[in-house]
Amino acid sequence: MASALINVPSRAKRGEVIEIKALISHPMETGYRRTQLGVRIPRDIIRVFVCTYNGTEVFRAELHSAIAANPFIVFSTVATESGTLALSWTGDNGFSVTESATIIVGDPDMAPHTPQRSEPSRETRDGPR
Amino acid sequence: MKRWVCAAVGTAGIVATAFAAEIPRAERRSGYDFMGRETRAMQDDDTANPGMLWVLEGEALWNRKLGAAGRACADCHGDARANMKGVAARHPSFDAVRARPLGLEERINVCRTDRQQAPPLAYESRELLALTAYVARQSRGLPIDVTIDERTQPFLDAGRATFFRRQGQLNFACAQCHDDNWKEKLAGAPITQAHPTGYPLYRLEWQNVGSLQRRLRNCITGMRVDNYPLGAPELVDLELYLMWRARDMKLETPAVRP
Repeated sequence: MASALINVPSRAKRGEVIEIKALISHPMETGYRRTQLGVRIPRDIIRVFVCTYNGTEVFRAELHSAIAANPFIVFSTVATESGTLALSWTGDNGFSVTESATIIVGDPDMAPHTPQRSEPSRETRDGPR
Repeated sequence: MKRWVCAAVGTAGIVATAFAAEIPRAERRSGYDFMGRETRAMQDDDTANPGMLWVLEGEALWNRKLGAAGRACADCHGDARANMKGVAARHPSFDAVRARPLGLEERINVCRTDRQQAPPLAYESRELLALTAYVARQSRGLPIDVTIDERTQPFLDAGRATFFRRQGQLNFACAQCHDDNWKEKLAGAPITQAHPTGYPLYRLEWQNVGSLQRRLRNCITGMRVDNYPLGAPELVDLELYLMWRARDMKLETPAVRP
């Protein structure tokens, strides 16, 4: 049963660098291990991870045998326009999973997607007198 | 007479070194506090915590109809988010029919065989871990609260006896590490206090989610003791003792540990 957890900010300002997190359930069997009887366990890994932003590829990673199970990939891109980020993992034995998320991109003066820290009061900003 | 007194004092001294008192309540800490910053961050962020993958799977299994009864967990128990709150914090809990405490995994299997009329899931199988993680997730942040009464007291005592009993080729008791030397390190890794606050949890070494019993069997193998099989009453007694020892500490399921 494949399942993935992705974290894409739902809103961003145009030109802002956004962080994307992608976690997927996968055994990442190396192909180098053997059973107790000496039989080689066939390789079963994710080969490629690709992220497209409104159809344009913005991030690609090749995965290899040394990568741990349930790979967690964090990367960043620039928020250019509202639309869809599609994340896809493909690998051995026909493994293929695609997850997507939508993002709303507004003008630089729009409300940020994360609450900004409130201004410190005069007393704390200036320190004790 | 004088020799007798010396001998008695000497014996008392040895006993005191071997079996120091349990960790005072104010000094109790979760394994979380022994972890590095990166591992703590991994546990704290639900989109970075690999244990959440099992929780997601468990949610799907919760709603799946199965067995001769054609019933899903949700058909009896409803919304797990509301109705499974606190359940994991109370396990192992006493089962009147079987006249012994059951761990959460076994409780789920009892439900499967009795109510759903489906075959029980194997211990450490992905499905059982997923369901257990999903149920235990609903107790995250709640204090551990196992019931100790006249029915569970003998099992708690048995678990405590196992914890303090020197056993195996190394003639080692759990307490010698986890009560007496938790401030020290073993092969470079911190010896923790053995408070089971986050099970089932994702262990980076396993690259998988595992139960408390799997972890106990790990330790027991390291002590070179003839191990107990998964589901053995000795392991459930130990689970009960350890949960009682961690009473009132907050559950973190699904925790991440190195």
